[in-house]
Amino acid sequence: MTSDARPVERHIARFDPFDRFLHFLLMVTFLGLALTGLPLLFSANAWAAVVARLLGGFRAAAVLHRIFAFGMLACFGMHLLRLGYRLLLRRDWGILWGPNSMVPQPRDIVQIGQNFRWFFGRGPRPKFDRYTYWEKFDYWAVFWGMGIIGGSGLVLWFPKFFARFLSGTAFNLALLIHGEEALLAVCFIFTIHFFNSHLRPEKFPVDKVIFTGVVPEEELRHERPVEYERMAASGRLEGLASPAPTSATLLWTRVSTVVAVALGLLLVLLTVWALLR
Amino acid sequence: MFAVGVSAASGAAAVKPSPNEDCLTCHADKDAKRADGSSIFVAKEKFASSVHGQAGLACVDCHASLASAELPHADKLPPAQCASCHAEIVSDYGKSVHAEARRQNGKSFAATCADCHGTHDIQSSKEATSRTYALNLPGTCARCHGNPDVIQKGHIAIGNVAALYEDSIHGRAVLKSGLVTAPNCKTCHGMHDIRRSSDPAARVFRGNVPSTCGSCHQGIARLYEEGIHGTLFRNGDTRTPVCTDCHTAHHIRQADVEAWRLDAVKECGNCHGESGESFRDTYHGQVTNLGFARIATCSDCHRAHDIHPASDARSTVSPAARVATCQKCHPGTNEKFARYDPHPNPKDRARDPLLFYGAIFMKWLLIGVMAFFGLHTVFWFPRSWRARREGNGAEPPASRGEKK
Repeated sequence: MTSDARPVERHIARFDPFDRFLHFLLMVTFLGLALTGLPLLFSANAWAAVVARLLGGFRAAAVLHRIFAFGMLACFGMHLLRLGYRLLLRRDWGILWGPNSMVPQPRDIVQIGQNFRWFFGRGPRPKFDRYTYWEKFDYWAVFWGMGIIGGSGLVLWFPKFFARFLSGTAFNLALLIHGEEALLAVCFIFTIHFFNSHLRPEKFPVDKVIFTGVVPEEELRHERPVEYERMAASGRLEGLASPAPTSATLLWTRVSTVVAVALGLLLVLLTVWALLR
Repeated sequence: MFAVGVSAASGAAAVKPSPNEDCLTCHADKDAKRADGSSIFVAKEKFASSVHGQAGLACVDCHASLASAELPHADKLPPAQCASCHAEIVSDYGKSVHAEARRQNGKSFAATCADCHGTHDIQSSKEATSRTYALNLPGTCARCHGNPDVIQKGHIAIGNVAALYEDSIHGRAVLKSGLVTAPNCKTCHGMHDIRRSSDPAARVFRGNVPSTCGSCHQGIARLYEEGIHGTLFRNGDTRTPVCTDCHTAHHIRQADVEAWRLDAVKECGNCHGESGESFRDTYHGQVTNLGFARIATCSDCHRAHDIHPASDARSTVSPAARVATCQKCHPGTNEKFARYDPHPNPKDRARDPLLFYGAIFMKWLLIGVMAFFGLHTVFWFPRSWRARREGNGAEPPASRGEKK
């Protein structure tokens, strides 16, 4: 609302269309997988049977789960291909270390401490660079989750094939890990990620940047001063300057985030209800 | 016409003390009433077509006290004496739960002869119009055992069994399909000497259930006898299930119906609690939890009646037979696949150490991550709230005071 009201605020490009597409695909497939998988994990709860019926029965839910799984693995695959492209063809070593890398670095550890001091009013807000430590944690949590849930999911999806190499008890382990890691992912994404990135008062109701790709210049300067100063000093800022998102983009952002947040919160409420029983 | 028929049928009988026409002088009158207003009407056509009418019995054969009474007779008469002809049946009836109830409580309205057979219109049970005809008997019993009022006032502990039977595979066969060979009430309970299930002489006494059911289900009874449940039963183990423990007594359903398949899992779990629990944690169990039964349940792997311990070579879950059992649903699977544990227990280290430690790792990973970021969020929230009120989150606390 506030950014709409201001007539001409300069925006800075932060995420390219491919990043935004991957996040959107990840969001849709994650919600789909959670919706079609949680009833099985919490099958003893009354709501689980209701959701399973609404999805069209367990066979329909199983097919939907695999469709979403394919989408998410495709998302992961595209991301890995892009990383490979940037590393091998573009020799972009910056994604391995430095401000543009998701790899945890000593600065991140320091900033965890600084941030806690800021929470308690004992110090200034840390001066973040392009990626904060909690964003890196989100990224690696998803990365690890992809491997663990995706890997165990494939084992469960193609048991006949995997039984050529693995003992039958591997399927027991795969089901346990698949469910528990999915539970962690659901709990984390629908509470911690939602809060950190969208629902915390500074960002409420949603941080639009991953949907629009652009961030108001002032916001970037406040939130990621190190990145801002570096870009300003190197002159890259001018090249990244973008117009404000169009009202169509904003509407699309609002609709998709409201749906996603509502569904996510519903699923986490059902999860908490099931865990407390 | 009627009188002629009777006398013709019993022409050679002894001297008739009072012919039926004498009775019908009063009892043929539809409007004739007792002092209390109740009708004394007897439909002579109905009696004529009854088994007794056709046999040429006289009214006083049953109403024996009137054989030499002055007419008109007293209002209150002793009940008709069935025993004078049906002595053996009445003596059987004396052993029944119905007679017992009447002996214990003079006011009991437990069934007597007339309640099931009728009075003047009694038909042979072979007649399709008879109350005791195979297809009609469930309805006759249901007059009391399907009547909530009678069940309540008569303290019938087992409740509305007629409704359960009606919905059962036996009840549907009789009442919907009209199969006279399908079991009705008397097939299991007997006719006149219907005994309590706690009576060792009852056909439905627990110890007699396998032979009662087995009198029709001979093939199944043989499998049951060979199986572990039947073997234990033969050896006098009272905990082992008999037919009715899994199938219920009255609400017996077709075994491939989804509702029954789901219920059967619970039935097995009643005794095999741990196996039931561990089954619930598998994909098979989760799907059944959700109310779908097109997936392996207990009997798909263990079989239903010829269940043997896994150590028995006849068992479908013995190490040698397991692959074939898995292949029933998972065609083309191998020995390794069949080593899957359909009853995993992550709390049992000896059963599967990998699963045991895997479960611990996943649990603490969840707790660790959520605890750290939970606190992170709890501490962040008030600071973030303040930061929003003050315009942005980037200002250090020191500069906020200057702003005001």
